[in-house]
Amino acid sequence: MLGYIIRRIIQAIIVILGVSLIVFLLSQLIPGGQARAALGPKATPLQIAHFNRLNGYNQPLWVQYWHYILSIIKGDLGYSYKNNQGVTALILNRLPKTLVLVGSSTILALIIAIPLGMAQAVRRNQAFDYVMTGVSFFLYAIPAFLIGELLIIWFSFDLNWFPSQPPTSASPWAIITDPRAFVLPVFSLAALTIAAFSRYMRSSVLDTLGEDYIRTAKAKGASPRRVLYGHAFRNALLPILTLIGLSLPAIVGGALIVETVFNYPGMGLLTVQAAANDDVPLVLGTTLVATAATVLGSLLADVLYAAADPRIRLGGD
Amino acid sequence: MQPLEGNVVPDEAILPEHEADHDAGEAVAEAGFLRNMVRVFGENKLAVASLIFLVFMVLFCFVGPHIYVTNQTNAQDALLNSTQNSPPSWSHPLGTDENGFDILGRLMYGGQIALIVGFAAAVVATVIGVTYGALSGFFGGWLDSLFMRFVDIGLSIPVLFLLIALVTIYRPTAPLLIIVIAAVSWLVPARLIRAETLSLRTREYVQAVRVMGGSRRRIIGRHIIPNSVGTIVVFATFDVADSILLLAALGFLGLGVPAPQTDWGTMLSNGVNYASNGYWWEIYPVGLCIILVVVALNYIGDALRDALEVRLQRR
Repeated sequence: MLGYIIRRIIQAIIVILGVSLIVFLLSQLIPGGQARAALGPKATPLQIAHFNRLNGYNQPLWVQYWHYILSIIKGDLGYSYKNNQGVTALILNRLPKTLVLVGSSTILALIIAIPLGMAQAVRRNQAFDYVMTGVSFFLYAIPAFLIGELLIIWFSFDLNWFPSQPPTSASPWAIITDPRAFVLPVFSLAALTIAAFSRYMRSSVLDTLGEDYIRTAKAKGASPRRVLYGHAFRNALLPILTLIGLSLPAIVGGALIVETVFNYPGMGLLTVQAAANDDVPLVLGTTLVATAATVLGSLLADVLYAAADPRIRLGGD
Repeated sequence: MQPLEGNVVPDEAILPEHEADHDAGEAVAEAGFLRNMVRVFGENKLAVASLIFLVFMVLFCFVGPHIYVTNQTNAQDALLNSTQNSPPSWSHPLGTDENGFDILGRLMYGGQIALIVGFAAAVVATVIGVTYGALSGFFGGWLDSLFMRFVDIGLSIPVLFLLIALVTIYRPTAPLLIIVIAAVSWLVPARLIRAETLSLRTREYVQAVRVMGGSRRRIIGRHIIPNSVGTIVVFATFDVADSILLLAALGFLGLGVPAPQTDWGTMLSNGVNYASNGYWWEIYPVGLCIILVVVALNYIGDALRDALEVRLQRR
């Protein structure tokens, strides 16, 4: 298992390096280059040449990439000329809030989706299954921002149950001290993944129910309840870990939308504001950090999977 | 798809009148396969209803503006000659928006962009993904590892961040949005088709073509891709839905097509500015359009999967 984890970590490092290359190449695509982005459209060619020389943008691409990697390792993600602040500082300020949002909504989604998917698998092709399948399709189809806006219209404007946005100055821990303000954003983000998780759980349980060891358990006279909970459920649950890892990019992308809808000051809102500001260095910085966070999250999911599944834990590779 | 016909033919061969079909060769087997596909699809009432609805929406968006003629491009004229944010009335069945544009007409106009971009992006993404995946799976070895590592890298970037980065660097127009959305969605079909190719290239009939001296181009073009057609069609259907949602998300973030053009996401984004004013006609109709079109596409994709993948049929 140690071998598996080491290989998986090396793979994650390669992925993050690859993403850094993509982000670096994107920064080269800015029309007029970095200098134009920093100095504005009125800069003279002389000023641009000076800026490029000062920042090393006149060097060959691979040298620039090397410097870019070195500065990333030092924790420097570039400079936001629009905010007059380092990108790293801007992101570090926002990252915890996004992590809290993503983490709490994923847990909520699991709490709802796992029993739902199981119930659907047990009542396969009955009315309940059809209705919930319809609901899942609806949830798949509804854009994230529309869920958020509808929740605001219904539960904030009409019923006045919850605030339409968390207080902007709140610390990430406010989710525990003042959870009311977080209900709508967390539910909006969870709604995105509930459909996928419960569908997956449903087919995972169905697949497991078709396995030979289930037939064996039934043949040995185990009660349906024992077959379901003792055999099928436990084996069907494991792949969900992998699914969470695979869904992380979508969840982090969804967080970006949800943060925008609820004016929740996380990394997504930072990205959207930067995009509106044409602040390319900041957009690229958040893209890199969001991806790195996603990759580390998937890595964690895979390691947990390896630790939880005896076939991997004990089987060497 | 070998198991496909393997499952279909014996089923029908049991009936004496189909025995002739069985012997008549590939063409008839293919016709039987198609007939079977249409039958399975037709039995799914929701999918048939979805297909009818989708055809209706296409007519609504592309033929509708010729019947229900409204001004959707001249912002000045709209501001001067109609009231802004007016509720539904006889002259404007779905009211007007913040610029005085008629919303029913705008739904058609914005729907054109949503449907064209969604469909075109899915086609481009599928073509790129299928080619990439088939090459990767067929050649295998280091090329396959390199190709698939690249897909892994791409798939781990949250799509919206990448989209926003691309759209911030280049100003969005409809053609650019097609390319950008396709650029982030070809990775999944690449992986799917690679997996299919890996299993197909070891099949006897592909081996046979190779032994007979068939070129690689022929094997990929005439055998591997046609046999993956089920996977391709099902993916493409779902991807149209995904692309429409991605475009709507970009529109919502203010990164959709530039005014006076519009798309459903942009319309919704403008509408929710007035959510606290209770201007429901600027939110619900367009929201419903997005949801229903995407639901319809998902139902169609689901039915196609059942119809094309016999493995899942009649269990």
